[in-house]
Formats: sequence, C-alpha cells, structure tokens
Amino acid sequence: MATQNNFTSAVRSKRARRMTLAMAFILVSALILPTTGYLFPDLQLTAQAQQATGDANTRSDFWRVVREGGAGYSSVTGSATNLETNTLYNITGQNWRQIRNGLIANYGGWFLFLVLLAIIAFYSLRGRIELDQPESGVRVARWTFWERSLHWYTATLFIALSITGLSLLFGRVLLIPLLGPEGFSFWAGISINIHNTAGPFFAIGPLLMFIFWLRHNIPNATDVAWFFKGGGIVGRQHPSAGKANGGEKVWFWIVILLGLGAVCFSGFALIGWVQEYFGVEFTRAYAQLMHVVHAACALLWIAIFIGHVYIGTIGSAGSLDAMTKGHVSAEWAKQHHDIWYEEVKDADTQAQSGSTMEGETTA
Amino acid sequence: MARMKFLCDAERCIECNSCVTACKNENEVPWGVNRRRVVVLGDGEPGEKSISVACMHCTDAPCAAVCPVDCFYTTDDGIVLHDKDLCIGCGYCFYACPFGAPQYPQEQAFGVRGKMDKCTFCAGGPLPDNTDAEYTKYGRNRISEGKLPLCAEMCATKALIAGDGDTIADIYRERVLQRGTRPQTWGWETAYPSG
Repeated sequence: MATQNNFTSAVRSKRARRMTLAMAFILVSALILPTTGYLFPDLQLTAQAQQATGDANTRSDFWRVVREGGAGYSSVTGSATNLETNTLYNITGQNWRQIRNGLIANYGGWFLFLVLLAIIAFYSLRGRIELDQPESGVRVARWTFWERSLHWYTATLFIALSITGLSLLFGRVLLIPLLGPEGFSFWAGISINIHNTAGPFFAIGPLLMFIFWLRHNIPNATDVAWFFKGGGIVGRQHPSAGKANGGEKVWFWIVILLGLGAVCFSGFALIGWVQEYFGVEFTRAYAQLMHVVHAACALLWIAIFIGHVYIGTIGSAGSLDAMTKGHVSAEWAKQHHDIWYEEVKDADTQAQSGSTMEGETTA
Repeated sequence: MARMKFLCDAERCIECNSCVTACKNENEVPWGVNRRRVVVLGDGEPGEKSISVACMHCTDAPCAAVCPVDCFYTTDDGIVLHDKDLCIGCGYCFYACPFGAPQYPQEQAFGVRGKMDKCTFCAGGPLPDNTDAEYTKYGRNRISEGKLPLCAEMCATKALIAGDGDTIADIYRERVLQRGTRPQTWGWETAYPSG
C-alpha cells in the first residue's frame, strides 16, 4: 500500500512538473513568437506592398484623403480672410472647438475663480503683512519716475486687454444674461477693437521692462534662500533680498517668458498686417494654435497678475508707495529688501530731502 | 417639419460652378464672398470627383458653439442662420466650421473682419420675411415662398439636391441602386452624425 502511494505521488509530481514546464513553454512562446516578424522585415514589407497595390480599395483611399483634410482644386479662391477654399474638410475645427469651449472657457474660468477665492482665503487667514517697526519718516528712493511710468503704462493696458479679452471669452455665459444679446454684442464689438488695437502698444511695455529691469532680475543664491523661507509671505520670517526679491524676479520672468514670449507673440501672430509683413501663410490650423496658446497663457498670466496686485496693495503694508510715490520708508526697505537697503542707505538724505520738497515726509 | 439638408452627388457633379453663380446672383452676396464653392479632387486625373460645398446646416453646429456673442440659431426646418446685427466678425466660426462655410466681406485695419456671411439655405435671416432689409443683409428668402435653394434648383445634372433629409436620401438611394454603386453621402457623417 505504501509502495503504491509512493508510486502514485511520484507520478503526480512528475506530471505536475511536466505541466508547469508546458505552461511555461506556452507562455514564453506566446511572448516570443509574435515578435519573429522582426527577424524577416523584408518579407513583411513585400507582403504590405502587395496589399497596398493589389487589394487596396482605391475608392475608400480617395475619400479617406478628403476626410483627412486633403486639398483639391477650386476656381473659387476667396479673399484674404476667406482661405483654403480648395480644402473640403477643416479637420482641426472640432478639436479647437473642444479645447476652446472646454479646457479654456470652462476649466479656465473656474481656475480664475478659484485663484480669486484662494487669495481671499489667504488674506482672511494671514491678513496684511505689517511693518515690524514704526515708520521713522526716513524715505528711500526705489523706482524713478520713468520706471513708474513704464509700470503704469503696462498695467493700464494689461487691465484693458484683460477686461476685453475676458469679456470675449466669458461674455456669452456671464454678460449676455446681464446686458442682453444686443447690449453684449455692442460691448463685444468695442472689446474686440480695443483688444486688437491696444495689443501691439501693450507689448512695448514688457519689452522695455526686459531691457531696463533685467539687471535687477538675475536670479542668485539669495533668491533660493528667500523661497525656502517662504518669502516672508508664508511664515513670519524676513528673508534677505536685494532690490528685487525672489518673488519679484519670478514675476519678472513670468512677464517676459509667459507674457511677452507666449501671450504677446501669439497675439501678434493673429494680426493681419503682422502676418502680411512676415509672410506668414494664414491657415485655420495656424489661427487655432495661436488662439489656444494666446487664451490659455493669458488666463494663467491673469491669475498670477491677481497675486501680484494683491501683494502690492492690500497684502503688504507700504509696498504700494514704491510704485505710486517712487520711494519707500526705510523700515519697509530694511524689512523686505535688506541687502538693497544696505546698498542705498547712503543716498537716504538725498531721497529724504527730495521727498521733503514734495512735502511728503510724514511720521 | 422637414429637416433641411444638402446632398452633393459626386458621381454627377461636373464642376460647372452654376450653383456658385446662381447663389451669388440670387442673394446679391457681398464682394469677395462666395457662399458656395466647387472643389475638384484629383483634378485632371482619371476618376476625378467634384463636390459643391456650402454651409451644411449641421445638427450640432460648431459655429454656433464657439460664437462669443451667441448669434446663431437653428430654424424649425433645421436651417442654421445667424444674426448679422449681433456678429462682431471675430472669425471663430470660420476656425471651427468643418466645411469652411463662413465668409467675411472685407479685412479692415488691425485684422478686423466684416460681419460674417454664409449660406442661409435661401431662408433669409432673423428680420421679417421678404423685406428689403432682410434681402440686403441675408439675401433671398425662398423658403418662406415654398421654394428650395436656387443652387440646387439650378443644378443642370441634379448633382446638388436640397430639401428634407428623408426625401433627398430616398432620391439618392434610388440613384445608387440604379447605378449599382456604393453610396457616398459626402459630409453627412460630419454634419448630421445622429441623422
């Protein structure tokens, strides 16, 4: 009995081993065999070529080309704005519609709304960043008249372009219920003209900022430390900073790269006379791409701009003076830009006497 | 209610451009604008095909979806029309349209287009039917007179047929059966995906 048991168990284990091996063999073969085609690429190509010439449905190929946006000939040629008359299908149109109405107009709108909410929430939690020491009346010159003019020129046009651009994007949902179809159409007509006219003038602002403020905005190790300490915005520390702190430098490079590089560039690319000047062939695919870049990057820019406005006005005490009056209190300079203050404090007297002449020296 | 559609029979169209001319004359369309055009595929090669194309009056019209001022509307007959008094000439409908139907009369300074113009299925616009004002802005309103679009009525080979979708599909089906060819209802799968 025992021998028989031993015998059957031996048979069983042998069978199990064979089964395992067989399964492994099947598995490995299933993985490897389909790849053998790569060993004979010539054979495969010949087979495909035969299929293409012999069995292909030329009629379906013909209409496939049309469906994929292939062009033909049309005696109706159209004017400068009525192009691509020889193309039957505008195949990128539906994609553009989905990106424009979904990603940009829907998610973009909620994104802006959430950014506003986040800033309100932050303000109610953190409140205004006050000065640690009372103002002594000593003032330090920060931005010249020319620099402030450049700032407010850019800011005014930025706001005008934002309002008109946002009106065109969200007006259908938000403004038609308020103004009615005729009222909104009137405003949209004004908006599109302001937007197209002011756009090129606006671009001059960031361009001049790049030229005149680049020297203040070269990133260095101090900026890294500034960010690690939360920039004095998060937490109660006062990290060191030169004339421009890490946050200001990031905002500068956002204006240059995202603003000038993406938003202004794509805006220019959509203007008729710019296309004519640079000999750009206007196609719908080109216009769709530029429009998506323009709208998406502009929304992001506006979101960051809201943060810039917050920290420059209600977010931090004494900051607005720098761009309105052109000078700041010595206490503000010490607290927010200590390295820069050390550089310019010798010029204090001059700044002070300057502000005295303007009658602005107050305790 | 009918569901108005265009159907161009590629086996019949001979690129005579009569539909283009008929449309331009009947509707007195602005300079530089052609509401309809004929596209030849494989021009000069054996098996070339011609297709007359204008606004297909889509069921889910992309132009209406992207319009910032919401100036499009669909009539009870399924015809997509727009209000030129609301249009601001932004060009978005042209970016979105699968058929390249929207046209603009002129390019003004700073790339501003004139008000968009497109095929109305000879159904005029939102202004009162058969008034001078409607004719000047949108062209003839033949539908209100019980007539079909002139492009299709004028078509010598009856390649371009217009009318209720079911009726013209029946006409086309008969042709296909008689010819023994396969159907090619060009543009229908894009314009009327749900029938």
